[in-house]
Amino acid sequence: MLLIDCPHCGPRAELEFSYGHEAHIERPKAPEALSDAEWADYLFLRDNTKGVILERWVHSHGCRRWFNVARDTVTYEILAVYPMGAEPPALERKTYV
Amino acid sequence: MQARYSFFSLARNALGYHENWPEAWRSPEPKASYDVVVVGGGGHGLATAYYLAKEHGITNVAVIERGWLGGGNTGRNTTIVRSNYLWDESAALYEHALKLWEGLSQDLNYNVMFSQRGVMNLAHNQHDLRELQRRIHSNRLNGVDSEFLDARGVKEFCPIIDLRQGGRYPVLGASLQRRGGTARHDAVAWGYARGADARGVDIIQNCPVTGFRISNGRIQGVETGRGYIEAKKVAVVTAGHSSVMAGLAGFRLPVHSLPLQALVSEPVKPVIDCVVMSNAVHAYVSQSDKGELVIGAGVDKYVGYGQRGSLPVTEETLAAICELFPIFRRMRMLRQWGGIVDTCPDASPIISKTPVQGLYFNCGWGTGGFKATPGSGWVFAHTVANDNPHPLAAPFALDRFTSGYLIDEHGAAAVAH
Ligand SMILES: Cc1cc2nc3c(=O)[nH]c(=O)nc-3n(C[C@H](O)[C@H](O)[C@H](O)COP(=O)(O)OP(=O)(O)OC[C@H]3O[C@@H](n4cnc5c(N)ncnc54)[C@H](O)[C@@H]3O)c2cc1C
Ligand SMILES: [Zn+2]
Repeated sequence: MLLIDCPHCGPRAELEFSYGHEAHIERPKAPEALSDAEWADYLFLRDNTKGVILERWVHSHGCRRWFNVARDTVTYEILAVYPMGAEPPALERKTYV
Repeated sequence: MQARYSFFSLARNALGYHENWPEAWRSPEPKASYDVVVVGGGGHGLATAYYLAKEHGITNVAVIERGWLGGGNTGRNTTIVRSNYLWDESAALYEHALKLWEGLSQDLNYNVMFSQRGVMNLAHNQHDLRELQRRIHSNRLNGVDSEFLDARGVKEFCPIIDLRQGGRYPVLGASLQRRGGTARHDAVAWGYARGADARGVDIIQNCPVTGFRISNGRIQGVETGRGYIEAKKVAVVTAGHSSVMAGLAGFRLPVHSLPLQALVSEPVKPVIDCVVMSNAVHAYVSQSDKGELVIGAGVDKYVGYGQRGSLPVTEETLAAICELFPIFRRMRMLRQWGGIVDTCPDASPIISKTPVQGLYFNCGWGTGGFKATPGSGWVFAHTVANDNPHPLAAPFALDRFTSGYLIDEHGAAAVAH
């Protein structure tokens, strides 16, 4: 069970939140110009890192606001919580095989 | 030399106090080079090696496993086998697997304890009912046995279910696949390992693959914990670690690795002789030959490589089980564990060539690939041997995410197994 520190409400149990997968993906600015491969990339390819991942969460059973999290997917340690639209914090992007 | 297992060999070895059984497979040192290296010694990888040797005569093969055989999802799953998938492509693939299951113990000369005890999928509301009936019709058109049970039929098939309709999850009906059931997961890995070994395949455990050597877009071999091994072809079957492997080879996969958990109870006398599953409440249950209830849950919602499951998921599943089967309310759970499942956006597997020549991936089986083990190995061996997809595997290639030809099996696969 994760204890997630909502920037607006403080630390809450994981089951109050919903998951939004990889953070920092932008909707294509010129969708009509995309090739099929670029669409596939935008729609289906997400970071699935064994290690530090940057991901989105929403506090669905609380303030209902989105925010970003940096988390280690092996230790499950939450390394940073930061606002939507902000640059990811400088931290070691550790990976494992 | 392997002993053939039979009543006579059992009797003969009983006289020798079972001290003279030969090893079931060798543990050789890896050779410098192979025709095919299979990465991942789960059921799918071992089945691939077995059929490469048996069906395609390719025996200069190694299976390289980082841990022990079946220590991944193969040895962690709730062993439900069925083929009642919605779309033609999936029905054909899973039904091919089910047909192989029906002769597998004989083929392998190894008892995989395949038990066709019947798998029931419950409907709790009108929408579930319509979806189930749609799937039943589609199954029948595809020659997959599937029938509808009304509430009374459900009670007759599984008398301990609570149908007083006062509960939170009323049961309105169910689909039933009588040819579905369970099998002994470890035996599947061991049986395929023994069969592959007998045909010359080297099985190498405790040896992680840590990289690929690729030149001019073609695979050359694999870096491993025991040094570099040259390979003409490399077949990767690493389930939850498939994205990691693809990353080492320089491309991405549309796969999420999520923990999926299961539990077993203390053993009790026979109380449930079929498999009952409910997609809506994320719970499924059967009873093992040892008497334990084998209970499966839903996935954790976030990417995770820790082989454990989150506690809220355990709680939700057990609450649903107790609601459907009040008789289980006082049972104790003995063990809970997790496996890392590789889920795809359309809940269908990826069996495919890749951007690297001579490198093949078989993954994305997610929460429900145990049932497919023989079929998956069969079509993947063909794909690798011929460098061309087996007809049953062709729709499951990676290019479907670009073409948009998705095979959406969320209804048949997502939660249920
Ligand atoms: C709790 C749970 C319940 C399930 N219930 C069902 C069910 O009832 N019915 C059903 O059909 N399916 C079920 N499944 C899904 C099913 O278990 C899997 O789809 C199936 O077993 C996958 O088999 P596999 O051989 O591809 O993977 P695995 O058995 O996971 O094998 C992959 C192997 O690759 C190895 N590996 C990984 N990385 C490396 C590396 N770098 N080098 C070398 N080796 C490596 C791993 O150690 C592992 O042994 C369940 C899964 C879980 C976790
Ligand atoms: Zn909040």
